[in-house]
Amino acid sequence: MTVMVSAQKVHKYFGNSHVLRGLSLDVHKGEVVCILGASGSGKSTFLRTINHLETIDSGRIYVEDILVGYEPRDGNLHELADRDVCKQRQHIGMVFQHFNLFGHRTVLENVVEGPVHVLGEDRKEVEKRAIALLTRVGLADYLHALPRTLSGGQQQRVAIARSLAMRPHLMLFDEPTSALDPELVAEVLSVIRDLAREGMTMVIVTHEVAFAREVADTILIMAEGVIIERGTPAEVLDSPQHERAKAFLASVLK
Amino acid sequence: MRMVATTDSLGAEADRHGIPLDARPKGRRHVGRWIAGVLVVALVAVIGVVFARSEIKWSEVPHYVVSSDLLNGVVGTLKLTLATMVLGIVLGTLIAVARQSANPLLRTVGTAYVWLFRGVPALVQLLLWFNIALVLPRIDLGPVYSGQTNQLMTPFVAALLGLGLSEAAYMAEIVRSGILSVPHGQVEAAKSMGMNNAMTMRRVVLPQAIPVIIPPTGNEFINMLKYTSLAFAVSYSDLLSQAQRIYTSNFEVMEVLLSATVWYLVLCTVCSLIQARIEKYFAAGASVSARARAKLEQGTI
Repeated sequence: MTVMVSAQKVHKYFGNSHVLRGLSLDVHKGEVVCILGASGSGKSTFLRTINHLETIDSGRIYVEDILVGYEPRDGNLHELADRDVCKQRQHIGMVFQHFNLFGHRTVLENVVEGPVHVLGEDRKEVEKRAIALLTRVGLADYLHALPRTLSGGQQQRVAIARSLAMRPHLMLFDEPTSALDPELVAEVLSVIRDLAREGMTMVIVTHEVAFAREVADTILIMAEGVIIERGTPAEVLDSPQHERAKAFLASVLK
Repeated sequence: MRMVATTDSLGAEADRHGIPLDARPKGRRHVGRWIAGVLVVALVAVIGVVFARSEIKWSEVPHYVVSSDLLNGVVGTLKLTLATMVLGIVLGTLIAVARQSANPLLRTVGTAYVWLFRGVPALVQLLLWFNIALVLPRIDLGPVYSGQTNQLMTPFVAALLGLGLSEAAYMAEIVRSGILSVPHGQVEAAKSMGMNNAMTMRRVVLPQAIPVIIPPTGNEFINMLKYTSLAFAVSYSDLLSQAQRIYTSNFEVMEVLLSATVWYLVLCTVCSLIQARIEKYFAAGASVSARARAKLEQGTI
């Protein structure tokens, strides 16, 4: 099976705080990995290193066998130039906790923006694809609405469509439902569930344990910058080995 | 016991003070407003009487307002205001972006620029530029320009540089506050889809900063209309210089200055009205593209 993401002994500091402590992880093509863990455990930071939104202090991250964010030169690693990092990010989709839709553009323009201006594709073609994607996430009636007029759940579905329009090979979700009112969570999860069925490779940082059990091939539990538990949903959720994992699961499942 | 309130029985009842329950309470009495009103009217009347009895030849004022000399001054003031604001906005935006840059050298240059050009009075800068020929008699920029400094440094150019460069320092701060008002999540979303820094700034950050930048820029514009009067120090033909030109020959100093005052007030009023329109336009749809706005207005899907 092709390895999509390969993180090897990743370390990361914010000032004096050691937030990632030698993380290693392989994500295979078509695999859905859910990362659970208390806040402050480093799970979002780790996700953000995969598309180089965060630099790393040591270790390596490969996406589709390409070293992310750095290049080896003269026996050292050097951070890549802005335009090279941009190229690497083009096929890694990312969905944020707070949606981050472009507030000055309509729903359709948000989705069209990347393919037209970053990939240089033909606007007419892209618009057709964008409308199809928005129809798929149930927002065909809101093509020309501004993001701020939509509910959180609708905004997050637009954000997913916006990522998908770039034809990503890999999708990163950073707590996609944490900012949503409880009744809006389901509509977003159902979109992600459909993606999982279609075989999209995904890394999802989430607090929704039931959802993780349902969609994940692999579940990780992180604490203090390391992975303390990894395995199938049944292994991790039903018979955790690590004390901290047990405590965490008890606190979120109660 | 259950209480049943019925509205029709309410009118007849009186409370324990003997006032009908349906009596509408009277508003507060505003004694202060009446006193202030009388004082203001009195003050205005006194000023009016003083000026009416003064030796100003009021009948001359309308004549000066439409005189060709003052009209030329109005054109000069407008030309200089427009040119300095264009220079200020373009250069100010570049400096603001430089100050937000990851490049420490650019950041330092931007900060130093703002420090220098905001710290020196505009009038001093104006005079420095106008007199630069004293120390640099010739300018040689190779193919761009080469010749006597005096020929290049006309009153207009000196005023443009003196006012425009210091305006850029103020505009840089205004644009920077606009850039800072755009949530960082917007930048992250742009980067995560592969936009480079320049495109992120151009397509995502600056458009959303504009509604924040517009009101203080309108303010700067109106200020600049008045600051251009400093250009009379380098004898550029703005409104004030033209006024001075008239009254030094006929000594009707107050009449001419009041005529110039009328023009300044007219120009500022017009600019304030335009500013209000622009603000309304941006408040209505933030900085949504015209195409999207047209569709929103039609209500088409």
